[in-house]
Amino acid sequence: MSDKVEKDEISGTDTTGHEWDGIKELDTPMPRWWLWTMYGTIIWAIGYWIVMPAWPLVSSYTAGFLGYSSRGSLETELAEATAAHADDRAALVTMDLGEVKNNAQLYQFALRGGKSAFAVNCSQCHGSGAQGAPGFPNLNDDDWLWGGSVDKIYETVKYGIRSDHGDTRIGDMPAFLTDELLTKEQINDVAEYVLSLSEERDDTAAVDQGKEVFMENCASCHGENAKGKQEFGAPNLTDAIWFYGKDKDIILRTISRGRGNVMPAWVDRLDDATIRQLALYVHSLGGGE
Amino acid sequence: MVDSSVENIDVRPVNKKENRALFAKREKIQPKKARGNFRRLKWIIMGVTLAIYYITPWIRWDRGESGPDQAVLVDLARERFYFFFIEIWPQEVYYITGLLILAAISLFLVTSLFGRAWCGYSCPQTVWTDLFIFVERAVEGDRNARLRLDKAPMSFSKFGKRLLKHTIWMLIGVLTGGAWVFYFADAPTLLRDLVTFDAPLIAYSSVAVLTATTYVFGGLMREQVCTYMCPWPRIQGAMVDEDSLTVTYHAARGEPRGPHKKGEPWAGRGHCIDCNQCVAVCPMGIDIRDGLQLECISCALCIDACNDVMDKIDLPRGLIGYDTHAGQFDSNPDRKLKIRFIRPRTVAYGLILALVGSIMLFALLNRSVLDVNVIRDRNPLFVTLSDGSIRNGYTVKILNKIHETRQFRIDVEGLKGIKAWLETAAPEDKTMTVTVPADALSSYKLFVSAPSDNLLGKSSDIEVIVTDLQNGEREVQETSFKGPDK
Repeated sequence: MSDKVEKDEISGTDTTGHEWDGIKELDTPMPRWWLWTMYGTIIWAIGYWIVMPAWPLVSSYTAGFLGYSSRGSLETELAEATAAHADDRAALVTMDLGEVKNNAQLYQFALRGGKSAFAVNCSQCHGSGAQGAPGFPNLNDDDWLWGGSVDKIYETVKYGIRSDHGDTRIGDMPAFLTDELLTKEQINDVAEYVLSLSEERDDTAAVDQGKEVFMENCASCHGENAKGKQEFGAPNLTDAIWFYGKDKDIILRTISRGRGNVMPAWVDRLDDATIRQLALYVHSLGGGE
Repeated sequence: MVDSSVENIDVRPVNKKENRALFAKREKIQPKKARGNFRRLKWIIMGVTLAIYYITPWIRWDRGESGPDQAVLVDLARERFYFFFIEIWPQEVYYITGLLILAAISLFLVTSLFGRAWCGYSCPQTVWTDLFIFVERAVEGDRNARLRLDKAPMSFSKFGKRLLKHTIWMLIGVLTGGAWVFYFADAPTLLRDLVTFDAPLIAYSSVAVLTATTYVFGGLMREQVCTYMCPWPRIQGAMVDEDSLTVTYHAARGEPRGPHKKGEPWAGRGHCIDCNQCVAVCPMGIDIRDGLQLECISCALCIDACNDVMDKIDLPRGLIGYDTHAGQFDSNPDRKLKIRFIRPRTVAYGLILALVGSIMLFALLNRSVLDVNVIRDRNPLFVTLSDGSIRNGYTVKILNKIHETRQFRIDVEGLKGIKAWLETAAPEDKTMTVTVPADALSSYKLFVSAPSDNLLGKSSDIEVIVTDLQNGEREVQETSFKGPDK
């Protein structure tokens, strides 16, 4: 490499002084429009630093004169969206829930709002598809502990089940072994009987004895035909749906130690329109009565 | 004495090789007005293309109650493209793809036969630049007057001319951008809204942007758009071959060139009298006598200029003319122009054109006016009901592409004991009839249940059948029905 800038003979342009096998690299200057565009972006950047949030400081950042923040713009947009639907929300609150379905536009609004509210507030326990889990009911099916009409669902969402709200509904499955209400044999018999309601059991003696125990201890809540009573939240024991699982050990555990899951009350956390949206959405999942 | 009937113009082509530099400043081109057949042809094409552009959005087309009555409309809000009897939904964008392929292949075919005919006559850049030059000439005069005006110090009259010119240019820009937005909304309504300032902001900003681009591209940048911004001049090398017609200077006849005095013999010299008329009229500012070059848009104005000169000095026309590359060096003045239309290249382009065209035509004629999509719920995959049967959920989307309300019945088949009902229907009313509004997409939540014992496995094939109750048109969609492991 020489110190003197070398000129290429043919093009008259400076070379970089680099040479490979006789080929010299030209030091062609950048196109002018490109250069000016680059200067333009630098000027733009300086302006941006002044008006927009840009530089991190030790415990904060330069906020910029426009006062923009992405959180702020989100809040604005959310407020605008809520305001844009103010009429629909007002209509939803005043209308009888059973009537909403007759208003296609309002019904769609309710279902969409319900879906997003469900994803935020309910899916943690009931699952994103409302498919439930052992101990958390599946909301798609047609088996309801506390009633599957849209008004009943609304009540459940609003006040919860066994929640700390005064209007909540309570129904306890007693702990028959822990509280020494039944013996281990009796509990085994009644579990056999409950299973016999939906499948063939071999131990017919236990089933027969279990039926007697059931009539004395369980029928008051679950009904003499064991089809459950929604006013107590007592499940139907004859169908194909098992809240905690169809397994004798699980049934034994339920009878022995009792059950009492909690559905929180949402009345103090969500506004009425959202609770109504949720009720309509859950009702639309396929099992609504 | 130099032949007095022909003015010799002192003009240099802007792209002379020896003057090329990395940072050459643009030399302003002041094209002289040409007269002749090609100039006339260009006026006609300009009129026709501008008329098409400005009139099209105002053509009305009856589509009944449910559709717009504008013949050509890009309805972004409702996601439709209307073109006379054709209506395209977003998922049918392949029609547009086909159209673009047809346009590209046509361009290839035309270029391989006639060179850059598109650039020279019908490209919007050419048409609008021509229009802007026309305005410039009307206000400031022809080439010489404009050169004088450029050199003259600023005066009241110069300022007035400049102001008038730029005002008209800007007006053309506004009208250009204004016409563009009419393709995207009902033209009469939009015009009224634009004038009364009730139109949406996007309409005004579109007009503003297109005003600016028209003004800048047509008035200020002109030939630089073609030479530096457009890729086509660089692609043309692959499209043009020795049989393509291009604007050609017949060097064998013209050279050696030189000034010619009236009465001098033509023996021993070429027919080019070096009057530079061809350079003066060129809107690209080049010298066609240097051969085919990327700046040349084949506008043929130099042909008009040279023919004019040849008439004046009593020589046959066509020293510059449309010819093939081969003809450039044929010195026989009586030679007949032969164009080989049938060449492997043109045959190939023609076949592709015919093929794509037929596919498009077939697709258009057989376009379905009913589309059904069935989307199975994935969360949850299936639901066990209290009687032990299994239920799946589906979303059924029905696209009614005609401008009439239609009633459909939805049936589900494929499993013993299969039952189906719509979420929107009341539970006791299990009717499966739905009404889809004209030219619309409707979506329905469908539940299907079957006894667990009748399932064929984890997944069973079922069919969702949508039948038009009026004409019996059926659309069958296969989907699957999921259940637990057996």
